[in-house]
Amino acid sequence: MANAASLPDVSHAPDGPLVRLSGVGVHRAGRWLTRNVDLDVRPGEIVTLIGPNGSGKTTTAKVAAGIVRADEGRAETRRGLRVGYVPQRIQIDWTLPITVRRLMTLTSRQSAAEIAAALDAVGIAHLAEAEVQSLSGGEFQRALLARAMVRRPDLLILDEPVQGVDFTGEVTLYGLIKRIRDESGCGILLISHDLHVVMAETDTVVCLNGHVCCRGTPQTVAENPEYLRLFGGRAAGALAVYRHQHDHTHLPDGRIRNADGSITDGHAHHHDGHHHGHAHEGHG
Amino acid sequence: MLDDFFVRALLAGIGVALTAGPLGCFVVWRRMAYFGDTMAHAGLLGVALSLVLQVAPVFGVFVVAATIAGALLLLDRRGALSTDALLGLLSHGTLAVGLVLVALMTWVRIDLTALLFGDVLAVGVTDIALIWAGGAVVLAGLFWFWRPLLADTVHPDLAAAEGMHPERARAVLMLLMALVIAVAMKVVGVLLITSLLIIPAAAARRLAATPEAMAVLAALTGVLAVVLGLFASLQWDTPSGPSIVVAAILLFGAGLALPALRLGR
Repeated sequence: MANAASLPDVSHAPDGPLVRLSGVGVHRAGRWLTRNVDLDVRPGEIVTLIGPNGSGKTTTAKVAAGIVRADEGRAETRRGLRVGYVPQRIQIDWTLPITVRRLMTLTSRQSAAEIAAALDAVGIAHLAEAEVQSLSGGEFQRALLARAMVRRPDLLILDEPVQGVDFTGEVTLYGLIKRIRDESGCGILLISHDLHVVMAETDTVVCLNGHVCCRGTPQTVAENPEYLRLFGGRAAGALAVYRHQHDHTHLPDGRIRNADGSITDGHAHHHDGHHHGHAHEGHG
Repeated sequence: MLDDFFVRALLAGIGVALTAGPLGCFVVWRRMAYFGDTMAHAGLLGVALSLVLQVAPVFGVFVVAATIAGALLLLDRRGALSTDALLGLLSHGTLAVGLVLVALMTWVRIDLTALLFGDVLAVGVTDIALIWAGGAVVLAGLFWFWRPLLADTVHPDLAAAEGMHPERARAVLMLLMALVIAVAMKVVGVLLITSLLIIPAAAARRLAATPEAMAVLAALTGVLAVVLGLFASLQWDTPSGPSIVVAAILLFGAGLALPALRLGR
């Protein structure tokens, strides 16, 4: 967290944000990966980032995690914040022998009981002695989740935690993430692997497309008349499916070219001005 | 006992092997073999500069190897050339400049073969002291930074997010490698140092289930290679440095024939 200033004003407030991004922009190789991102994650809150490929989801999460420095704006974290991180892609070289049990203590010392409890919670206690390279996609994601939660983090950052997992596995993993939040009270910043899918327990959905396009609760989305007309009561399941289309183009300088050809400044842009075509569906 | 050249050679070789094994694991895990080679080749330039500046060769090799490592990291970040091409450029560049410098210094008599392939049978008590002191520093450094180094090896972003300060660990790894190269040069020479880093670690892989077990096994394999190589060298009058490497290769081959033991579970 070397680049993140601490939040002295909220460090004693239990409900204050764990991390706060204000107007964060990241500039790489002549273009803005993301710009003007405002984001808070509070204890016990689940914030889900969605957006198309290259929309700056991972970059935003990396700024929040203190991995990437913001080129503009501010990234502040609570003093002494303990982060648990599940990266998007992790490829462990075959030459490195490492069992699931050993993976649990990669960044912190843990007692055998804590490790056993974490592995049990994600349902892979029987794989403790297996080499991580031999795990299936779903088992590996569970191991990564167990590794992050065994640290007892204040903030859990999950970059596409259900990728490569089949539908049943997805539901189970989302249930597990909810349980971690309920039992530990940590804040969760989750990146959805799919533009259309968010966890039903999400408190805030933030849609990125190089900047924050819109945000809101899945409930407000679910109560959207158009949504109800399309899918009725089927939305109240483990997953809320949230479809979103973009009708504008992002220019390299952060401004936006709208469908009608007009160009607007990204700074002054709000959800209302976007004229997104929304279609929402749900299944459970 | 120390007046016997063979005992001195054994002590020097074992000292190097004990540190090169665990450090070599990181070289293998991080795919840094060519990187290590480049640092070692720069060692010859270090020797030449030490002679010009009249400082101890160990010191010159350490400084030049560490500088080259730093330069590599900086140039790599700028992305002007592929890492591969950059390594080739610096590896052979420093080796060639070192050879030219050594040739130009007609006033000093230098045994080039000893620099390139090592001369462990000629080590003195001071060399042994340097090897064991340097080795102790390397092992202490590895022990101290083990967790951040391993976390960075598995996933740099994960290490950074969870407060492991991976850049610091990486800088330490470079310094430890430069130190091992500086003290190991006398034993196997600049051309063969990387083999002492890589081969024991590679041989240990199939027998270990955890990184720690692999590091210990690599150290033991290296020690065995040194002992076998030196005795073979004495028996058949073969050059000692290459004999140690040949012994390590044979151990690696023997390891392939063994069933996977997966020690350390």
